[in-house]
Amino acid sequence: MREGMSTKSLVGRLVLLVAGMFGFGFLLVPIYDVMCDAFGINGKTNRSAYEDTGQTVDESRSVRVQFLSTNAQGMVWSFGPQGNELVMHPGETREMIFTAHNPTDRPMVAQAVPSVSPSKAAAYFHKTECFCFTQQTLQAGETVEMPVRFIVDPELPQEVHRLTLSYTLFDITDRMAGPEVAAVHSN
Amino acid sequence: MSAVIDHHHADHAHGPAKGPMRWVLTTNHKDIGSMYLWFSFAMFLLGGTMAMVIRAELFQPGLQLVVPEFFNQMTTMHGLIMVFGAVMPAFVGLANWMIPMMIGAPDMALPRMNNFSFWLLPAAFGLLVSTLFMEGGGPNFGWTFYAPLSTTYAPPSVTFFIFAIHLAGISSIMGAINIIATIINLRAPGMTLMKMPLFVWTWLITAFLLIAVMPVLAGVVTMMLMDINFGTSFFSAAGGGDPVMFQHIFWFFGHPEVYIMILPAFGAVSQIIPAFARKPLFGYTSMVYATAAIAFLSFVVWAHHMFTVGIPLTGELFFMYATLLIAVPTGVKVFNWVSTMFRGSLTFEAPMLFAIAFVILFTIGGFSGLMLAIAPADFQYHDTYFVVAHFHYVLVPGAIFGIFASAYYWLPKWTGHMYDEVLAKTHFWMSFIGMNLAFFPMHFIGLAGMPRRIPDYNMMFANFNMVSSIGAFMFGATQLLFLFIVIKCIKGGPKAAAKPWDGAEGLEWTVASPAPYHTFSTPPEVK
Repeated sequence: MREGMSTKSLVGRLVLLVAGMFGFGFLLVPIYDVMCDAFGINGKTNRSAYEDTGQTVDESRSVRVQFLSTNAQGMVWSFGPQGNELVMHPGETREMIFTAHNPTDRPMVAQAVPSVSPSKAAAYFHKTECFCFTQQTLQAGETVEMPVRFIVDPELPQEVHRLTLSYTLFDITDRMAGPEVAAVHSN
Repeated sequence: MSAVIDHHHADHAHGPAKGPMRWVLTTNHKDIGSMYLWFSFAMFLLGGTMAMVIRAELFQPGLQLVVPEFFNQMTTMHGLIMVFGAVMPAFVGLANWMIPMMIGAPDMALPRMNNFSFWLLPAAFGLLVSTLFMEGGGPNFGWTFYAPLSTTYAPPSVTFFIFAIHLAGISSIMGAINIIATIINLRAPGMTLMKMPLFVWTWLITAFLLIAVMPVLAGVVTMMLMDINFGTSFFSAAGGGDPVMFQHIFWFFGHPEVYIMILPAFGAVSQIIPAFARKPLFGYTSMVYATAAIAFLSFVVWAHHMFTVGIPLTGELFFMYATLLIAVPTGVKVFNWVSTMFRGSLTFEAPMLFAIAFVILFTIGGFSGLMLAIAPADFQYHDTYFVVAHFHYVLVPGAIFGIFASAYYWLPKWTGHMYDEVLAKTHFWMSFIGMNLAFFPMHFIGLAGMPRRIPDYNMMFANFNMVSSIGAFMFGATQLLFLFIVIKCIKGGPKAAAKPWDGAEGLEWTVASPAPYHTFSTPPEVK
């Protein structure tokens, strides 16, 4: 009591601290995303379309871009790029087509999650159009071609000569809200 | 100050209530401290039994006793029960018993909350242990419960595990609030902060660590709960979440947690070594600042548990150097303990034996920690038995020997009898030899590449694993001797004086042994 704070107000402050730290635990989620975006760590790339700012093409330099596709556990679609790799100049816009086929007899919804390696290059890899920005719904037996258009930033660190763009395809039919899949069924 | 007011109301009843309801309804810090200690000992035996199952399976290569699914549940439950059920409640029990007596307070500041925070624990661990009997078994994803093992691929009982963690966390948070309120507001006149015994200091800092990180643990298990049951995607890449984020949030809690388990032991050893060296503690002020520095650093080193997940080079370097920096305040502490003993009039009763073993073996655990902290080397050691050897060297002779040392040191005060010194020394030597036999070979089989958490292993690890298992059985069996020593000491033995250790200092030795049910109803004068 000599400190001049009653036990009641001390406990009140400590409880506030507890509540604050509980909130901070959840705040770590957006902080984590912001950090990953800001530093391009974890291989995360932009989640929405990049606005082409008309960078100059750096003809003096070539970068090899490789494409990989993986199906997450339980995903039965056949899914992959039409080419394994291409060579491009930084600043240039290029396109790669991915093909997906749903071999089952029911409509399914998928989400592709991209990742760029080496992770320090992720922040310099800009997608102006990507099927990964939205979910893909495929009818039974349907096949689609899905483009990804991208620019490699001329600011890309000099020591990077090769990039790998990898997609993992997840089956999210079960976690999609009922109405959307139901609507697909009724078509 | 409701504790003091309540006490005046109860002026006529000086002893404990009669009958079993005494233990259910008690608000007395000594009763609650005893219940915490008994509870943690029961959990220690339960978690230890699971360790015996693990070591029995690993006695020989090949699968002999249990199926791998059950082995996974054993490693997981052993870790969870030892961390949350044995070590943490044992220190809260010691805090309940000793902090009011050390600072001259009549009781804890919030006695009713104290009762509630204890009684949450049997509920929490009842829930947790019950999962072993459910369909699909108990938690099998390791005590660190990394997503998606603990979300997408978890057994159905995982929800019970989540609620058990919630309850244990609420209990710890209430305990921590109570301890802070007691230390800040109930010190006797003249007991300034820098006159407080080190056990009180380390507990004050530990309580703040608890308040800072237990809510984060509650947050991360809540996210798991929502991912599993309510369709969110915090840790699911398919929905835009990230499993690596689980590890970041978990270890933001998990690293301070390891200091929560060791700082009170630092405090207890800092009481015990001066008592048996018959010299004041060397460098009291530096001890306080070193403890605070360790607590602060514990918040900025968490990613050293995840060097191999692919964090950027600058991150690896930062977390490596920050981790290595912890060796500085820890080194200050070890230096102070050794300097306290230097040229002291040492005697080697059981508490002192455990305290000296603590200093030596904890230092070995610290050194293997430094090896693990070096990021490039950690790629080799990660998830091997070297890690198991490291954290058992800091937790068994660190936290658990600290608890044994405290128990022997304060048993005469608690029971009014001296414990049997011959049996206690037997307990010490059996524990010391058993523990080293069990964990020292793990360094080598870890460096040679044996992965942790796997029920089978390569033939070339057979001999060292057999030695480990024999040591573990020896350590485990010896703890039954400890139970016998404690019961014998409660039942009888030579009468203990108010101050049975001639070098001991502190207010707790100014009251009679056994400590009366109510102590310091009028605050003592501290000069």
